[in-house]
Amino acid sequence: MTPNLTAFLRHRLFWPVAILVGLLLLNLIFTDNFFHIEIKDGHLYGSLIDIFRFGAPLMLVAMGMTLVIATSGIDLSVGSVVAISGALACLQISELGDQNSTGGVLRAVGVALVLSLILGAWNGLLVAGIGIQPIIATLILMVAGRGLAQLITGGQIITVNSTSYKLIGGGYWLTLPFGIIIVAVVLLLTALLTRRLALGLLIESVGGNAEASRLAGIGSRAVLMTVYTFCALCAGIAGLMISSNVSSADGNNAGLWIELDAILAVVIGGTSLAGGRFSLSGTMLGALIIQTLTTTIYSIGVPPQTTLLFKALVVTIVCLLQSPAFRAKVFHRRRRPTGAPPVAEEKVSVTA
Amino acid sequence: MAEPAPVLRMRGIGKEFPGVKALDGVDFRLLPGEVHALMGENGAGKSTLIKVLTGVYEIDAGTIELGGRQVAFASPLAAQHAGISTVYQEVNLCTNLSVAENIFIGREPRRFGRIQWGEMRRRADELLGRLEIDIDVSAALSSYSLAIQQMVAIARAVDIDAQVLILDEPTSSLDASEVAQLFRVMRQLKEQGIAILFVSHFLDQIYEIADRMTILRNGKLVGEHLTSELSQVELVGKMIGRELAELEQLEGRPPAREGAPLVEAVDLGRTGAIEPFTLTIHEGEVVGLAGLLGSGRTEAARLLFGADHAGSGSVKIGGEQVGLRTPRAAIRNKIAFCSENRRAEGLIPELTVRENIILALQAARGWTRPIPRRKQDELVDKYITALNIRPANPDQLIRNLSGGNQQKVMLARWLILEPRLLILDEPTRGIDVGAKAEIQRLVAELSDGGMAVLFISAELEEVLRLSHKVGVLRDRRLIAEIDNDEGLTTDALTETIASGAAT
Repeated sequence: MTPNLTAFLRHRLFWPVAILVGLLLLNLIFTDNFFHIEIKDGHLYGSLIDIFRFGAPLMLVAMGMTLVIATSGIDLSVGSVVAISGALACLQISELGDQNSTGGVLRAVGVALVLSLILGAWNGLLVAGIGIQPIIATLILMVAGRGLAQLITGGQIITVNSTSYKLIGGGYWLTLPFGIIIVAVVLLLTALLTRRLALGLLIESVGGNAEASRLAGIGSRAVLMTVYTFCALCAGIAGLMISSNVSSADGNNAGLWIELDAILAVVIGGTSLAGGRFSLSGTMLGALIIQTLTTTIYSIGVPPQTTLLFKALVVTIVCLLQSPAFRAKVFHRRRRPTGAPPVAEEKVSVTA
Repeated sequence: MAEPAPVLRMRGIGKEFPGVKALDGVDFRLLPGEVHALMGENGAGKSTLIKVLTGVYEIDAGTIELGGRQVAFASPLAAQHAGISTVYQEVNLCTNLSVAENIFIGREPRRFGRIQWGEMRRRADELLGRLEIDIDVSAALSSYSLAIQQMVAIARAVDIDAQVLILDEPTSSLDASEVAQLFRVMRQLKEQGIAILFVSHFLDQIYEIADRMTILRNGKLVGEHLTSELSQVELVGKMIGRELAELEQLEGRPPAREGAPLVEAVDLGRTGAIEPFTLTIHEGEVVGLAGLLGSGRTEAARLLFGADHAGSGSVKIGGEQVGLRTPRAAIRNKIAFCSENRRAEGLIPELTVRENIILALQAARGWTRPIPRRKQDELVDKYITALNIRPANPDQLIRNLSGGNQQKVMLARWLILEPRLLILDEPTRGIDVGAKAEIQRLVAELSDGGMAVLFISAELEEVLRLSHKVGVLRDRRLIAEIDNDEGLTTDALTETIASGAAT
């Protein structure tokens, strides 16, 4: 194997990319014109665009989750924040005299995002200030948040009829779905903050060794507050997208289980749940893989009652492929047990 | 005396990690019934050789023969089944289980699938009895000292029909009587024909127990010698590959120094950690802290760095009252602290050497003001060269470096902050002679340059060699402050530590 090819195969994003390409090719076989993209009414249309469009909320939530997981934490409350943010925005818009007034919609969006920030700060306070384990601390908001969303919607599904609000999740701008643009902007901003500025180093340091980071003078509380707040903000934006796309807010079901998909996307993207090194691009690929999988399930006609099982199977395979230990076991010949024949012979079989 | 056939023979062993050639054509043999010391500086390849031998790593080149048969171990378990048992520096036992359970874990005597507790305790008793250790085997392992825990680990290793027993720095946390006890056990095992591979940084111990030694340097074999035929000076020369004269330059005492008071701690204390103490450190002064383990040395240092909250007292820096409530506050006041516990309180294992070095500086600047890449390269290159960090690759993950080099990276992290007071807690523990001398020389240089250093070490010679003033701690109390003049010797210092009174 040439060194270049080896380096390519060893790149940490090789397997996520390979899996994504594999899934897309599978669609190519089952769906006609899967890769076809056309411009209708000045908008881009096509299955690939749809994957991006429907995957946008997950990409946002997973982005926030990446930073939280990098600090060796976890945020289970993102699904509830999605519901609360959507519910609050829709409630305010539904109370507007003119639901299409830009000012009113902007105000509603602003209030929803501020509440998301507050919810994130609450999580951060529990984790960094009081020192509750992240899984428990965010579980509180995961459970209580659903109730809060119910309270806001009054137990009903609030429907709105606002073209301005519809733009966020269902609209287009410069031929592109607006959601994609939002994801791109947030991603760019996050990458800037973490990689061009030094936030990423501090996050990885806190996740790698919290006590050593404290002794190195890192304000780990501030770092934790920042990531939990940021994560909730991402979830809040995703909540706006989801509710805007269907022009309604459902406190019960909006963003249900999205935290698990987001965690999965982060893990598929190669960020360790133990914290430390994180990869934003990996997470984006992970989220796309999950969304492509969902699309694939519909396009290849998996019977509805077995979709979850099918998804679980694919995810298992993906995770196994990602694991170097598993690959070593399957793709190379098993190493021989004690007292086996000469090593020289074994070496040949390994390099071959 | 005719040599018996070696029980273990390794030939031409090679092992490469990304960017590092850890082992290169190393030969090694182990005779039955001998204690064989594996010598070398940090990073010489000792740990790698052991890991290769025990199946933790695969080898890239060479052969391993055990009892005349060629072997390749896929895992530590496979090596254990073949008769190679290892006891590591950090005891790998379950301290919450009983002694007997620890010895028989995974292979408990059973009848009809039920564990026979009585039988297990009886056999554990018998096994430890053979090593002349009489303890209650049904008590939790955590209720015994580290030395006993180590013996239990050895008992367990030996009971699995070991032909080869590897002891990787077993003595680094034992006191003198515990070491003697361990050596007694080792001699007994030797008589039973077990080959023991022994790694330690303490030369005196090597000369007391080892029959033969193999010396490595930079992943290459330097030679194999009988202990009786190689003097300590020759050994050190072979290990570090240069003359000892260089090391001895530092002999003699540092010249007395008249600087302005830099840090004045008044009645600084914390309940349960250290009694209130008063200590003044002058600019350019090296203050040594001496005392036994647990005497409060580290606790005193942590208060000065704000790592723990002080319950009482105050600190003045340059004459001004300051609050050192957090490490951040201490760093703002130009105080740096290199912890004795590198792994838990120093390294960020997943980050690179570069990132580990710039971490404290970046933290001090805040995340909104990143250090420009060019400045990073400049600083990192400078300290990699100055401290002779190997491998000299800033993008290597720090967990792939040897202990001594990791320690130098920790030093670099603090030195780039240009602190006024540098607190070093056991900076030379667990690292080899060469790196030790380099760090000692560095401390002397820094203090010449005007930096104050608080130097904590269990080795009194080292404290005496470097310090202008020695603070003696005993039972969590600073009992004496002695100027390091002609009258102070290690004996006098030992006396003070032991008697609790200044002489």
